[in-house]
This record gives sequence, C-alpha cells and structure tokens, in this order.
Amino acid sequence: MAGKQIPVHPGLFTEGKSPQLVGSKCADCSEVTFPKQSSCPKCTSEKAEEILLSRKGTLWTWTIQHFAPPSPPYDGPQGDDFVPYGVGYIELEEGVRVESRLTINDEKLFKIGMTMELGIEKYRTDADGNDVMTFVFQPAS
Amino acid sequence: MSSDDIAIIGIGLHPFGRHEATTIEMGVMAANMALKDAGINWKDVDLACAGSLEVIQPDTMIKYMGLTGIPFTTLFNGCATGGNLMRTTANGILAGDGDIGIAVGMDKHPRGAFSVGSTMAGLGLPEWYGNTGLAVNPQFFSMKTMRYMHDFGITDECLSLCAQKAFENGSRNEQAWRRKALSFDEIANSQMVTNPLRKRHFCSPSEGAAAVVICRADVAKKYTTKPIYVKANVFKTRLHGSFEVLAPATPTARLPAPSVQASQAAFEKAGVGPEDIGVAQLQDTEVGHEIMHMAENGFCRDGEQEKLIREGQTKIEGKIPVNTDGGLLANGEPVGASGLRQIYEVALQLRGDATGRQVPNHPKAGYTHVYGFPGVSCVTVLSR
Ligand SMILES: [Zn+2]
Repeated sequence: MAGKQIPVHPGLFTEGKSPQLVGSKCADCSEVTFPKQSSCPKCTSEKAEEILLSRKGTLWTWTIQHFAPPSPPYDGPQGDDFVPYGVGYIELEEGVRVESRLTINDEKLFKIGMTMELGIEKYRTDADGNDVMTFVFQPAS
Repeated sequence: MSSDDIAIIGIGLHPFGRHEATTIEMGVMAANMALKDAGINWKDVDLACAGSLEVIQPDTMIKYMGLTGIPFTTLFNGCATGGNLMRTTANGILAGDGDIGIAVGMDKHPRGAFSVGSTMAGLGLPEWYGNTGLAVNPQFFSMKTMRYMHDFGITDECLSLCAQKAFENGSRNEQAWRRKALSFDEIANSQMVTNPLRKRHFCSPSEGAAAVVICRADVAKKYTTKPIYVKANVFKTRLHGSFEVLAPATPTARLPAPSVQASQAAFEKAGVGPEDIGVAQLQDTEVGHEIMHMAENGFCRDGEQEKLIREGQTKIEGKIPVNTDGGLLANGEPVGASGLRQIYEVALQLRGDATGRQVPNHPKAGYTHVYGFPGVSCVTVLSR
C-alpha cells in the first residue's frame, strides 16, 4: 500500500495536470487572499468565495533556505537528507503575492521578475510510505 | 494632556548573554537595579507590567519583590513586547492606577535558531505552512531585504559594513554579550543562511532582562536629577497591504509598514522630527532590517543608507548613531526584554552615562523602535 500521493492539506490546491492554488475572493471588495478564508482581511466583509488562482506569475522576491528548519513544525528531510530549497513570493494577476517553495536552489538561477509556474511536488515521505505533496513554483518553460 | 506626563526615573539591565539564572531571577535582578537607580523601594511601586515569550506568567516574580497587592499586568507582542510594556505601564499611570510604575521584560531562549514553536496553532497559521518549511523567520527577513536591495540599490557590502558597526559598538559596551569587533571579511565570508543574509548579519537568541521605573513627570525631580521624558510611545499593528513576517500571501497593493505608522505618529505627538534625534535604537534582527528601518522610521530616504553607512554616519561618532550598544547583533535577543534594553541604552545616552560608547555632544533627544510578528511596531521618542 506504499507510494500513494497525498496532499499536505486537503483543499489547498487542485490536483491533475494543471493544478491551481485555492484562494478566496471577497464578494464586497474583490480582494483576493491565500489560503482561502471565510472573511476579508481588507474590508472586514464576511462574504468571501473560493476561487482558483492563476498558474503563472512573476518572482517578486526570493531566498534560499540553506539549513533544515526547526522540527517540528517542519517535517521534511533532516540532516544529511536535507536539500536546500528556494523560497519566494510569486506575484499573481489577482493582486496577491503568494509565498511558495521553489524548485530552484542555485542562486545563479534566480532573477526578480522572471515568470514562474505552479507545480505540485513531493516534499517528504510519511510513515506509511506515502508521498506527501505540496505546491511549488518553477521557472516557466 | 501633555505627552510630557511620564518620565523615566530608573533603569536596570541584567546583561544579555548566556546565564545560570532563571528567567524570573533575571527579571527580579533587573527590576531591583531599576528601583535602586530610582532611589525607591518596591513598596513605592503602584503598578507593574511584565512580558516574556518563554515564561507564561512573568508576574509571578512579585513573590520575590513583595506581595503588595498592586495591579500587575502581563502582555506579549512578539519582538515589540518591550516597547509596549512601558506604554502599558504609562497608560496605567495616566488612567489613575498610581504615580509610579515599573515595566519588566525578561527571556531565556534555547540555543540555536529561533523556532516559531512546534505548532502553528498559536500563531493563527495553517499547519502545512510550518510542515513544508515556510514558517521560518529568516526567510522573511531575507526576502524583504532582497527586494529592498533590488529596488533601492543597497549592496552586499553595505550589509556587512552595517554588521561591522554593530560588533564594533559591542566591543565598546562592557555589558554587551558579543564584545569582539569583527573584521569586514569575517562578516562578509561567514556562512550564507538565507540569501542575501549571512550568519554574522543575524542576531542570535539570548537571555536577559531589562526594567524601567516611570512616574508622573511632575514628581520626577523628587527621585532623580536626570529624568528622561517620554515624549511619545506609540504602538501600531499592520494594515492589509504591508509585507510582514510569516505571511503565506501579501497583497500586491502596498500600504506603509507598522513601523512607518508608529514612527510618523510618534514624531507628530512628540512635536519633533527625525532631524532632532541624537541617538536611535532600531530593531536589527539582522542588518537588512536595521537598514530598512532607518528609512521606515524617517531617518533617511530609501536607498540613502548605502551612502550613510559607507560614510560611517550611523556609528557612535556619526550624524545619526544607530544601535550604540551593539544592538541585537552584539546583545542577542531575549524577545520580552529587548525593547526595554533599547530604552535603557537611550536613557543612558541622554543622561550622558554611556561609558565607553557615549555619543558626543550630549544629545537632547533619542528614539527607540521595535518590530515583530505578526506585524507590530512600538516606537518611543525620549528627551532629557
Ligand atoms: Zn473585502
């Protein structure tokens, strides 16, 4: 029963060939937030609806996580298994910048403003041998 | 009501670093130093306020001070705790709780990198955010710095010069934790932590406590010949549109950071401007934020830091001395105590008592600024 792919959190992103992040949009002021929430942090409205966010955006800022974060809460690979990963904010046309792990971790490959595209990737294997999947952005092809 | 209503009459510091003493014991020591400095006894204190990250109820220190029945408030506002401790104590005095109050901050963090805690539940964040390795404070510090460098032309060299100044100031401060000046190369070649920031660009968690005794300004001269007046003490939280630590997303439409709001309101209330400030303590979790906070607090325009730091203008003998005691880089950050350490240092400087690191020409006014999760800032304007 090993090898199943499970999302790190249900309802965080859609699955399949063209995955999308699930956010929310305020019915009163149109502000978009991620992850989805039932109220609007901008105008205090309690009418927010679920929306799917753009798959592509631009890199607004970035860094590289060179050491394994304190665990818990981090539950990915530790010690010798840890591989540095990129982190960035991706500016989407919905007017929101989303923080994400990035598939690149070589500083020479980052350029603020470059086009990035959403993917879903395994970040750890759980105790039952399942691949735990999370969202990542990668340079758009 | 005049903002001159409150005066600082006593200050105490249990030096930051690594110590045998418990958190509460350090808090008691700092409080007793501040009382002694004010020439008063615990029995004279009408109200108290304490804060800590690691100790849930720092008010339990009262059993070592004396069970006098006074109102003793506890609060925690992340790295902005210290500034808000003095403000809340002052508000108690202004509300009629009494004439003399004490604010005490204390903490004792485990060694190694700061952890945000084992669960996201207490931070209002989803668990996946922590699980996947995004709930890491240095990532934010680095990404805000990275974008700022891109927008305003701040160089890697400027980052390391800023750190070099911090350790140089620490070497002049007998109470600092890190008292060894570091060369530019030691800093610039230290290990990369989260680009563009390196190991020697960051502060470390540490231990310590700080306390201030404040009173109604009209009675201050009874206790000290050198009262320090609190011209403004402003606390602000983030607006929807500022880029903050531990944020899974942030709006593209930017609004001013909480530090900008707090700073502008504080200068307005104090009736002075950044040009009147002779010594400033700015939250320097790492050098990127010291640099950005210079502009956010009105001490320069965005990008001007490059020139100011290269010219040495933020050094003790410069035009606008910043973090004269070595700041967080040389003292580490006991979160609950840090803001009161800033106030301690500025009070010393304004009294003219900052041995080994005294800002020349006896400054008339000083400034403190803390910033923390989830986007909170507290600013004070102090004068002699
Ligand atoms: Zn709204």
